[in-house]
Order: sequence, then C-alpha cells, then structure tokens
Amino acid sequence: MNPIVVIGSGLAGFNTVKEFRKLDKETPVVVLTADDGRNYSKPMLSTGFTKEKSADDLAMASPEQVAEQFNVTVRTGVHVAGIDTDRRRVLLPDDHLDYSALVLALGADTWTPPLDGDAVGEVFSVNDLMDYGRFRQALEGNKSVTILGGGLIGCEFANDLSNGGFQVSLVEPLGRCLPMLLPEAASAAVGRGLESLGVTFHFGPLAKAVHHNRNGQGLVTELSDGTHLESDVVLSAIGLRPRIDLAKDAGLRTNRGILTDRTLRTSAPDVYALGDCAEVEGHVLPYVLPLMAGARALAKTLAGEATPVSYGVMPVTIKTPACPVVVCPPPEELEGEWDVQADGNDVQALFRDQEGALRGYALTGEAVKEKLKLNKELPALMP
Amino acid sequence: MKKWECVVCGFIYDEEEGLPEEGIEPGTKWEDVPEDWVCPDCGVGKEDFEMIEI
Ligand SMILES: Cc1cc2nc3c(=O)[nH]c(=O)nc-3n(C[C@H](O)[C@H](O)[C@H](O)COP(=O)(O)OP(=O)(O)OC[C@H]3O[C@@H](n4cnc5c(N)ncnc54)[C@H](O)[C@@H]3O)c2cc1C
Ligand SMILES: [Zn+2]
Repeated sequence: MNPIVVIGSGLAGFNTVKEFRKLDKETPVVVLTADDGRNYSKPMLSTGFTKEKSADDLAMASPEQVAEQFNVTVRTGVHVAGIDTDRRRVLLPDDHLDYSALVLALGADTWTPPLDGDAVGEVFSVNDLMDYGRFRQALEGNKSVTILGGGLIGCEFANDLSNGGFQVSLVEPLGRCLPMLLPEAASAAVGRGLESLGVTFHFGPLAKAVHHNRNGQGLVTELSDGTHLESDVVLSAIGLRPRIDLAKDAGLRTNRGILTDRTLRTSAPDVYALGDCAEVEGHVLPYVLPLMAGARALAKTLAGEATPVSYGVMPVTIKTPACPVVVCPPPEELEGEWDVQADGNDVQALFRDQEGALRGYALTGEAVKEKLKLNKELPALMP
Repeated sequence: MKKWECVVCGFIYDEEEGLPEEGIEPGTKWEDVPEDWVCPDCGVGKEDFEMIEI
C-alpha cells in the first residue's frame, strides 16, 4: 500500500502524525519537509530571550528522533514541486512519491511589502527555527532592533527583545498595537506596557526603505513621514499568508487558504489540509488551538473513521508579559459594540451583538483572569 | 507543589493554584489532572508539559 504522505514538519504536520500513530501503528507514513525537520514549537520563537533559549535549545527532537518515535520516514530539505491528483502522486525535484492519502500542512509565508534601499536583503523575518537561528546570530554583539509591524508577532518580539536588553523601535502604520485584534483601549494598554520596557513606537507611517548606514555601522529604516530610524538589525513582522500555491497549481480549490470541508478534505480526493495553510469552512485561524483540534480529527479520518473537526471558543493569548493579553475576536462583519471597562492597564472589553449576546472579548493586564468565565458564555465557533 | 509548563505555548499549570474554573481544585497534583485534559491556551495534551523549577 502506498504511504500516507504529509507535507510539512511544523506543528500541524507533526501533530497529525503523532495523533495518527495513537490510532494506527502500521500504515506507512512519509513526512516531506522543505526545512531541516527538527521538531520545535513555533510560538516559542518569540519568547527566546525571556527564556534564554537558543535555536538548538528550542529543537525538541531531531528528524531522526521523530522518525523513530513515531515510526515514520522523515525526508528533510525536500521542496515539493507539484501534485498530480489524478495519479495520486507528489512531484519532487528529481523524483516522485505515490500516496494513498496526502496531508497538506504547508503553513504560511511571511509577507513584507516592497521596500527600497540597499539593505533590504538584510531585513529578517522569523517564521521557523532556521530563521530564528540566523536572527539570533545577527543580534550577537548588537544593541538595537527596528521591528516593522505591531501585530501579534511584532509585539511579542518587542517584549522579548526588550527583555533581552535590546533597544526596540516599532513601526505600525495603523496607529496602535495589535490594531487588527484589539479595540483601542486594549491596544493603548499594551502600548503602555511595552513603553514601560523602553520600546519606542512610530505609529502612523509606513516603512519605505532600509539602507546601510553611511558611517558603515548598522542600518537606517526610512519611514513615509521622513523619519530615519537607526538600528543594528531590522525585523519584519508585517503579515502572514497561507501557502496556497502548491495546491492552486494542482487545481485544488483555494481562497485565502486551501479550501476544506469540516473533515479537512480539499476538493481533490484523499487530499487534506490543516494548520496555517487551510481555510476550514471559511475559517482561516493561524493558531495552535485550532490546528490541534484539526490534527485530532484528521488522525481519526486517516485511520478510517471520517471525523469532522469542531472548533469551540478560540481565544488567542498574546505573549506580552509587560501587559498580558487574551483576545477572542468577534466574527468578522458581525454588527455590534464593544463595551469597555478600563482601570489603568487592566482592560476588559466585551463585544456584544445587537441582541446583547457576548460574541467576543479582549482582556489585558489583570483582566485576563476573566478568560475562562467568559469562554463559558461565548458560543462555539464551529460546533 | 510544582509547576508544569506547556512546551508548545508556555502556559503554566501551578499545582498550588489548580484551575478552579475548569473544575481542577487548588492543590491538585499534576498526576491527578485528568489524562484527557488539554492545555487551555493551545490544546496539546499532558504529554507536552514538563516540570519547571521556579
Ligand atoms: C513568532 C510566532 C509566535 C507565535 N505564537 C503563537 C502563540 O503563542 N499561540 C498560537 O496559538 N499561535 C502562535 N503562533 C502561530 C503558530 O505558531 C502557527 O499557527 C503554527 O505554528 C502553524 O503551524 P503549521 O504546521 O501550520 O505551519 P509551519 O510551522 O509553518 O509549517 C509548515 C511546514 O511546511 C513545509 N513546507 C511548506 N511548503 C512546502 C513544500 N512545497 N515542500 C515541502 N515542505 C513545505 C515547511 O518547510 C514547514 O515544515 C505564532 C507564530 C509565530 C511566527
Ligand atoms: Zn499550551
């Protein structure tokens, strides 16, 4: 029998394998990955200085250890070039592999808007363990970092790098921290928290260019309002886009992500998708909680018992200890209002729909303790 | 009393505090937390936690 082939060795790929092996010890499984195949937890990349962890410390297992632990084959450094869904075959650079079932756990790509300047090639983004290793190396002996983007990843790095003793400047065109996730009062609390660590904000302008400093030391980031920010290192944390190209080229249906039904089935037979690359019945949720729900359901499906995934309440914890945040964003386009109670940096913002029902929340500071209570009041995202 | 950290997301289970809202009383030892309990922040199981010294 042809193996089950999993593309991707991130949390989605490896957790699917782990959960599947709890149910089926025999069926051959091959994991293909473009990276080095070490098992690591991506959320830990933005707490590395606080926890004093190097890239090697964060690697929980080598690909050989994963292979042995789960009785699977792991092929690293392999970039899958195409999928032939009629022949049930993945196309490798100079080889191919036939599958009985295929799991796409491809993740998301970092996205940075086009920048000018002679140092654009030196702008970092940190989206996997290998990136993290290079980033840590670049920081060695240096003192200052400019972060582009004040979303989850940008704010977490701002906190972590400050804890690591770096002087951090953060550029966010939308004018406040976590603008896509939080109402204003909560953003302000996070901003004050990070400011207390010494982070300086540049709210409003866009980054236009990154140059080498003329004196030969470090980099200069040029903003659309004319500001020049000097720093040793520049980190881009602007956006993530689900990796859909491989699926799209193979004729699978895609939208923002690779489209799946509730059993994580794509539009091609025996091809499944989960994690950051997937759009599950309209939901693109690039977080670990939904991915784990997906891995457990998919493991059962692959083991022969078709199992739909359910999403309960899906809160997101943002690792900014200077001002802790938990947010459960209300459904997009739902009409309603935020009811905000703020006491210093402790903000409780509750989003209620027009019938007055709780549909989302944002909590900062001490108010994060209300999370579990509020979760009970919220409807499940996809019951 | 010990503390246990989720290796995936960093959530900390403190035996002293328990998780009363989830029905886990203060003082509940890690080994007495139900086997099917999952991390409230990221959903991984008990096997993905390790003991930490604080
Ligand atoms: C800094 C940071 C902090 C975060 N913190 C949190 C947090 O606290 N809580 C939370 O819930 N979420 C957090 N997230 C999000 C979370 O980490 C992701 O949702 C999750 O890790 C995605 O896992 P994945 O397996 O879908 O993708 P990835 O981990 O990106 O894995 C994708 C895999 O696919 C492989 N691949 C892609 N294309 C190909 C190809 N053509 N051929 C072969 N291999 C291919 C890659 O090599 C890789 O192995 C954070 C993200 C970042 C970047
Ligand atoms: Zn966790």
